[in-house]
Amino acid sequence: MNFWDYLVNRHQQLLADAYQHASAVFQCMVVATLIGIVIAVVTYRSDWAGNLATTATSTILTIPSLAMIGLLIPIVGLGVAPTVISLTLYGLLPIVRNAIVGLRGVDPSLIDAAKGIGMSRAARLFKVELPLAWPPILTGIRVSTQMLMGIAAIAAYASGPGLGNEIFRGIASLGSANALNQVLAGTLGIIVLALLFDAAYVLVGRLTIPRGIRV
Amino acid sequence: MSESATETQASGASIELENLSKRYPGSSDPAVDSVNMEIKAGELIIFVGPSGCGKSTTLKMINRLIEPTGGRIRIGGEDVTDMDPVKLRRKVGYAIQSSGLFPHMTVAQNIALVPKMVGWSKSKIKSRVEEMLDLVGLDPGEFHGRYPRQLSGGQQQRVGVARALAADPPVLLMDEPFGAVDPITRDHLQDELIRLQHELHKTIVFVTHDFDEAIKLGDRIAVLREKSHIAQFDTPEAILTNPADDFVSGFVGAGAALKRLNLTRVRDVEVTDYPTVQVDDPLQDIFNKLRAAGTNELLLLDKRGRPYKWLRRGDLMRAKGSLARAGTLVHDTVTWDATLRDALEAVLTDNAGRVAVTGRRGEYEGVVDMETLMNSVHELLEADRLEAVEHQHELEEQRSLQTQQEQEGSQAADGEAKA
Repeated sequence: MNFWDYLVNRHQQLLADAYQHASAVFQCMVVATLIGIVIAVVTYRSDWAGNLATTATSTILTIPSLAMIGLLIPIVGLGVAPTVISLTLYGLLPIVRNAIVGLRGVDPSLIDAAKGIGMSRAARLFKVELPLAWPPILTGIRVSTQMLMGIAAIAAYASGPGLGNEIFRGIASLGSANALNQVLAGTLGIIVLALLFDAAYVLVGRLTIPRGIRV
Repeated sequence: MSESATETQASGASIELENLSKRYPGSSDPAVDSVNMEIKAGELIIFVGPSGCGKSTTLKMINRLIEPTGGRIRIGGEDVTDMDPVKLRRKVGYAIQSSGLFPHMTVAQNIALVPKMVGWSKSKIKSRVEEMLDLVGLDPGEFHGRYPRQLSGGQQQRVGVARALAADPPVLLMDEPFGAVDPITRDHLQDELIRLQHELHKTIVFVTHDFDEAIKLGDRIAVLREKSHIAQFDTPEAILTNPADDFVSGFVGAGAALKRLNLTRVRDVEVTDYPTVQVDDPLQDIFNKLRAAGTNELLLLDKRGRPYKWLRRGDLMRAKGSLARAGTLVHDTVTWDATLRDALEAVLTDNAGRVAVTGRRGEYEGVVDMETLMNSVHELLEADRLEAVEHQHELEEQRSLQTQQEQEGSQAADGEAKA
């Protein structure tokens, strides 16, 4: 069976896997974005807290994903839980770091002006600082998403959802007729998904970054 | 300008600073040491001083961007030292050097910020934004939807002022607002501010390190030295003619008499009348007038009464009676609102040392020459000097009265002690 026949034959299974893959990454990204921005907002004003947050999240990133999932299995069991937890943790670093950099990069004279015209601290954050820091935050989200696409494949190791199942099945039956097709289908599927997400982010950027600060 | 300060229609509020101080933790010397100042409603006050003298800090304490560590601030008689700073700042306009416009909001959104925060209705905000743009000389239709980066520096600064004034605050604080624009634009913006203040009568506190700007704009100028100690707080005229000490005169710099020329307008000095003729007048009349006039020169006006040519006695002869070829064209005129400095400049560059004064539509109104200018300036300086001496005299009297009272007081205390 050649690769094309394989795709046609298994398209239902592949689409289901791709959908689950995308949905897992998307949901984890939403959670990671929310947590990441909250961490950044809480820590960016202080030097040491901001650095601590960046260092902590980058430490998480150095743990090999296989090891992370392996370590989570005895604690939360198999399936969706270890996948979601590890993906969310991995997704944090680029978002936290870019959000802190973005928030710290807001021109101090604008903060001065915002205070001077009588904006409360919350108004300053939501109307001035976060909108101005949004472009770097969005870049962080894009980087995170690309990274999670790859890492999500490993989740199949813990019987998680997604295209990783194809790859692992292929590797497990190496030498059989469909082994290569399976690995190939899983890998290409992930690449296609990553490109689709990236295109979506370009669109999101167009829609959410005000014209005044678009580069 | 000083009259406008005392007008009753002032929409501004008075500001009183009482022993206002700021001491940063960890430093032994205060950054601002016990400033006392009374600012009347509707006055335009300038804080001027070398960099690092604490003028900006003092300004920022008025809207409590910097919290004072001592003293009181009263605005319109109300003590605002312990008021919620966010509420206070919505009642005090604030404009800064870099304009401080939010780049992610349009011009209209920037201006609407404060009215929105204080809860104006949408329709009221909309018409207010148009009104403010109009007020600062920007076409609402054109600039309404623009982003700050699509504006020039001067335009940004105008929008910054419009935003500061949007919710109609009685007090406006300006922190070197024209410091970052080129000299020509700065000059325009200064003129605009003078015009605005004539219309609005706000109480404005304006910080600058440029003494010429201070003279041009201020009803009164506070010359500050380190720790915001007030070296002199008086009208520009008084500071120029009678600087309180070496520090102030050093800051005024050389050419105080020349700077004084900036404070007087052509309308305040004597303008001489000059014999004039119209282009349409018959040649014979012109000849007669030339002969009759004491001077040997006439001013030829065009059909709309605007100065056109200077005609000398010999010019017509040489041009064989053709008005089109005779005489020298008028290069430069000044308006009633021009400063004496501008007039002097025009007189100096004119080869015969005179310049025509024109009205609103450019029509001839009179002539200023070197002699009238000199006389006027002498009179002005003399008057200033007399006033300054009187002022000093008053101060001395007050002081002696005070010491007398103090002595009497201590004597009375002594008496009591003895009794």
